[in-house]
Amino acid sequence: MGPETLIEKIRTGLGEALASVGESFGDTVLTVEAAAVRSALAALREAPFDYAVLLDLTCVDFAAAEGRFELVYHLYSLSRNVRLRVKASVPAADPAVASLSGLWRNADWLEREVFDMFGVRFEGHPDLRRLLTYEGFEGHPLRKSYPWRLAQPRIPMREDG
Amino acid sequence: MGPLTRIQREARPESMLVNMGPSHPAMHGTIRVMLELDAERILNAEVEVGYLHRGFEKTCEHKTWFSLLPYTDRLNYVSPLINNLAYAMTVEKMLGVSVPERARLIRVLMSEMSRVSDHLTCLAAMAMECGAFTVFLYMMKAREFLWDAIELTAGARMTTSYIRIGGVRADLHSDWRASVAAAVAETRKVLKDVAGLLDRNIIFLGRTRDVAVMSKEDALSFGWTGPCLRSTGVPYDVRKASPYLVYDRLDFEVPVGERGDNYDRYTVRMREMEQSLRLLEQVAALLADAPPLQPGPEIEPAEAVRRSRAVRADSPVRLSPNLEGSERARLGGLMTRDKPVGVPPKEATYTTMEGLIDHFLFFMGGKGIRPPKGDAYFSVEGGNGEVGFYIVSDGTDRPYRLHLRAPCFHVVAALEGLIKGRLVADVIPTFGSMNMIGGELDR
Repeated sequence: MGPETLIEKIRTGLGEALASVGESFGDTVLTVEAAAVRSALAALREAPFDYAVLLDLTCVDFAAAEGRFELVYHLYSLSRNVRLRVKASVPAADPAVASLSGLWRNADWLEREVFDMFGVRFEGHPDLRRLLTYEGFEGHPLRKSYPWRLAQPRIPMREDG
Repeated sequence: MGPLTRIQREARPESMLVNMGPSHPAMHGTIRVMLELDAERILNAEVEVGYLHRGFEKTCEHKTWFSLLPYTDRLNYVSPLINNLAYAMTVEKMLGVSVPERARLIRVLMSEMSRVSDHLTCLAAMAMECGAFTVFLYMMKAREFLWDAIELTAGARMTTSYIRIGGVRADLHSDWRASVAAAVAETRKVLKDVAGLLDRNIIFLGRTRDVAVMSKEDALSFGWTGPCLRSTGVPYDVRKASPYLVYDRLDFEVPVGERGDNYDRYTVRMREMEQSLRLLEQVAALLADAPPLQPGPEIEPAEAVRRSRAVRADSPVRLSPNLEGSERARLGGLMTRDKPVGVPPKEATYTTMEGLIDHFLFFMGGKGIRPPKGDAYFSVEGGNGEVGFYIVSDGTDRPYRLHLRAPCFHVVAALEGLIKGRLVADVIPTFGSMNMIGGELDR
């Protein structure tokens, strides 16, 4: 399956969920509607696309200029040896998107990381809490509004036991 | 009391909760594993990471494209050169520059030495934690030879920053061939000794064979890459799947395992090291020795600056020892000439006005390396798997967003499931075979 036929198939397969198909420095980029992230990625995971591996999930903060967060999923198809980038925009005011838990097992930690760093809620995530920082951390450090050298309040000594 | 963790909420009242870590003598790396135990049996487990989180991605947004390179050394600190490479190649992809042949070969040489040292470290720690201290000492010894060879050229053992955007920082040291050959010979010997000590060792087999078995399907669902994925039988290697540098011209195999247990993760790493040693020999044969530089009177930088006040100083400048190999005559084969993305030669900076201007234009805020607007993902095969950078550029001198796809993040995410239902003692070899590296996991 060449890249053109693949993109045609994705167009017909995803239908209205697909907002645009583009390219950036040679990488194929799909943009999907935020409401359709889970269904679109579930479709891409199956044949004939067969993007069986969720390589990565991250987020980019465009809140200041464009009022949105952009979720960036990287998929990899082992059988066809191609990568695919899927993007979806969520409003910065209340960023939320459907969780991928149940589709890929690493989505659990990846989504916790994005929640921790950006404050994006993943609806349907079984246990959405911070991953790299700790309970009681204030703010979401990778948001552009979070100052680089902001100090966090100290955690008080625990008095148990 | 702080908020309860998941395992504290779910634990049965009669079972015992035990912390392993964050600082546990049998676990290298700072990670907390909470266990719910029924005697020795693990009923439930929870892994807490982030103890080494230092805001790598946030920091990079505030550094220039050039000056954030040293931070990448500190990701997977056992194979820093591969992190340098992944970052440099992602930026090169955005800039659209091509790297000279000699620099590519040197990059492969450095990558493979790093891969071997990464695998050696992982297996050494894993074996030591299972009680095989001899293996640890043997492997650390071999790693010393590799790091000596790296240090000779890069000037540092771990924080190398040697692979730069557009090429490499300096040419190979004049003694590189002997030191690489010594490292290869020494590692071969150690691999043979270690195979003799462990391969059929009943204690080692008991702790690794059929312990923490990962299926192919689960490994893919967890996004595993690298030796851990290959141990389950999936022959995915970035060097073969999407060859970069000169890997398509080199002859090597991708070893795979069958069962996906701890023992397979050990054997895959052992066999991969043999392949990497083969690659080192092939690359060494392809790399010619650098021609000697023209002898002549050399002057110190201060003297050059003093002389150039009156008239252009035309004697070669004697550079400080740690810049050996980065002379202007050598840079042609080491740095791309498509665009000025490397530090201008020091001889020019110290002796000519134009050179000094070039220097300032490279380092001044708002100048220097500025990839065009857009985003790119590029990955290379690291010691742990696919090391990928996703970078968003807004056309300025700093990245708008930089994200690392850390291979061991996905591997460690599967730890909870792998140790559930097993014994406490199984945590140690399972965790050891995963090669968790806090620097890249927690970023």
